[in-house]
Amino acid sequence: MKELEIAKTEVVSLLNTLIKEYKVFAPVGQNGFITFQEIHSGSEAFLDYINSKKPPKEIFFPQSERLFSYDLSKGEGWSVEEPASEKKQRIIFGIRPCDARSLVLLDNVFDGQLYKDPYYSGKRKNTTIIAIGCNQPSSTCFCTSLGGGPFSQDGSDLILVDIGQKYIVQVVTEKGKKLAKKHNEFKEAEDNSLSLMRDTIETAEALIKSKIEVQKVTEKLDSMFDDPFWDLVSEKCLGCAVCTYLCPTCYCFDITDEVTGQRGERVRTWDSCAFPNFTLQASGVNPRPSSKERLRQRIMHKFNYFVANHGMAACVGCGRCIKECPVNLDIQVVLNSILNR
Amino acid sequence: MLNTSVAIRDIAKKLLDEKRVDLIIGFEKGSVPLRSTPCFVRSTSEADRLIWNVNCENNLAKYLPKTKERVAIVAKGCDVRSIIGLIKENQVTREQVFIIGIPCKGMIDRRKIEAKLDGKEIIEAEEKDDTIILTGNNLREIIKKEEFLHNSCKTCTHRNPVIYDVLIGDKVVEDQAVDEYREVKEFEAQSHDERWRSFSDEVSKCIRCYACRNACPFCYCQECFVDSSQPQWIGKTTNLSDTAIFHIVRAFHIAGRCVDCGSCDRACPMGIDLRRLTKKMEMDVKDLFHYEAGISLEDMPPLATFNPDDPQEFMMV
Repeated sequence: MKELEIAKTEVVSLLNTLIKEYKVFAPVGQNGFITFQEIHSGSEAFLDYINSKKPPKEIFFPQSERLFSYDLSKGEGWSVEEPASEKKQRIIFGIRPCDARSLVLLDNVFDGQLYKDPYYSGKRKNTTIIAIGCNQPSSTCFCTSLGGGPFSQDGSDLILVDIGQKYIVQVVTEKGKKLAKKHNEFKEAEDNSLSLMRDTIETAEALIKSKIEVQKVTEKLDSMFDDPFWDLVSEKCLGCAVCTYLCPTCYCFDITDEVTGQRGERVRTWDSCAFPNFTLQASGVNPRPSSKERLRQRIMHKFNYFVANHGMAACVGCGRCIKECPVNLDIQVVLNSILNR
Repeated sequence: MLNTSVAIRDIAKKLLDEKRVDLIIGFEKGSVPLRSTPCFVRSTSEADRLIWNVNCENNLAKYLPKTKERVAIVAKGCDVRSIIGLIKENQVTREQVFIIGIPCKGMIDRRKIEAKLDGKEIIEAEEKDDTIILTGNNLREIIKKEEFLHNSCKTCTHRNPVIYDVLIGDKVVEDQAVDEYREVKEFEAQSHDERWRSFSDEVSKCIRCYACRNACPFCYCQECFVDSSQPQWIGKTTNLSDTAIFHIVRAFHIAGRCVDCGSCDRACPMGIDLRRLTKKMEMDVKDLFHYEAGISLEDMPPLATFNPDDPQEFMMV
């Protein structure tokens, strides 16, 4: 479908219309940073941002999620109650292309051929993704090394390109097309707008200076499991979960029971390979006893095992882990060091 | 700062050359502006990586309980106080550690700078005397360091290392006038409901990443209570009941040990004011036991000892 356009002044009214029909999530400023939250008025959306602190993956895979609750108190037998599935259609408006792309990676895990997670795939199915490309990528962005880009369409249904007074709208999927057709804020794009769009995209792509040969990293890692490199690179790692919890593609979780008397809930919570308990076995043995094995797992999983299993690296180059690591353990530095081994 | 860097490198080379230590723990240039990063040097050829600047915010004492080697460590006033605590808690011996003490005028809080720039990105930051020159796209700004210090640095009363094996640079003037507990007292003056609301607002931001715990030199328990599964003391969710318990217990566990280095505060990606509780603990310990952590190797930590005349008004009989 040919590109559309929408005037920036129309965005709030579009969002207000969408809110009537959909549950709309958008970037919102709170506590001095951006998070994705459900908005109840179009003016709550803050679209002039670099990226959110927490990735929007939690809209599909919340940090803690009740899988079901149970009650043994009713004498004979016991009852199990599943959470009601979300009926209302949802929209994420203003997600960045890297984060939209992270959903494609997560689909491999939660909505793949072998296994379908009902909690994730239910939400995924009823959500339309409207991304806004990045005119001004951050210096920590390296999406182009991972097969993405500041205007990558992967994972988006519609993608907006900011050309100043208006957004050019690229229609990526049928789902996106349907939505765009329904709302008259979207108009056919003018020709001169399209050339502006192409310039914008080109300029933004050129701004991403970092180029890591990820395929070579993957190959190198094949024979690096026992490399003393891991001792050195992990030395400063604190073993916290900043990198994994703020990562749009990390998906490991734990399952625990929250029990009060005879009633309880089974809860799924994010877990991290950086934590000591992540691989602690019932026997007391821990096959990943130190930060060396844990950091190696993080890198291996993202850039070797996931590639073997799903044909792509489990990283979108958003740079959150680089920005927020308390000791500046920079994943790009790690990847470049691997290439230089 | 260049002179300090050079002096650190010189002493590092000397110590390694003379085989007095196996390892130097210091800082090297970070990968992004306004960041330095911990650096582990085991040979003289690597020593030139070592640097010193206003971004050396991490407390490297964190790495001591792990090591079996003889270590030289680059340490600011607060870091030295942590080292004293770790020695007293038998996590490292005094003989094992060579302290390269550095008088400190405070470290820069990059998040405060970023907040001021309103989304403009810093591509380069250059330290010059009392200022930092920031450059980036549509950005050239000169800022005063003292306006962007970490909160813990702003109330610091021990900028000079209290013990050291070598001191690099001249001692700096300690701030005698600062009321380091002003914010705690303001917090205490609020009503019960206000305090609970503001505490709840803070810990509600928590994502349970444990960066605060893991950055803290005194969080070295083999198994943290939050990680225990038998029994499982607290839930794993980000519900207020879980996050509140985590932060309250952590604050209690470092009472009388915390030196207010601010590591927890700096590590938190969500901007939680973690010092609100820890500073209160510090003030209470000072009031009740006249004890300040990390000042002397000799005095006994108040919560590790008993005196018949210990205050006990707070006990419920």
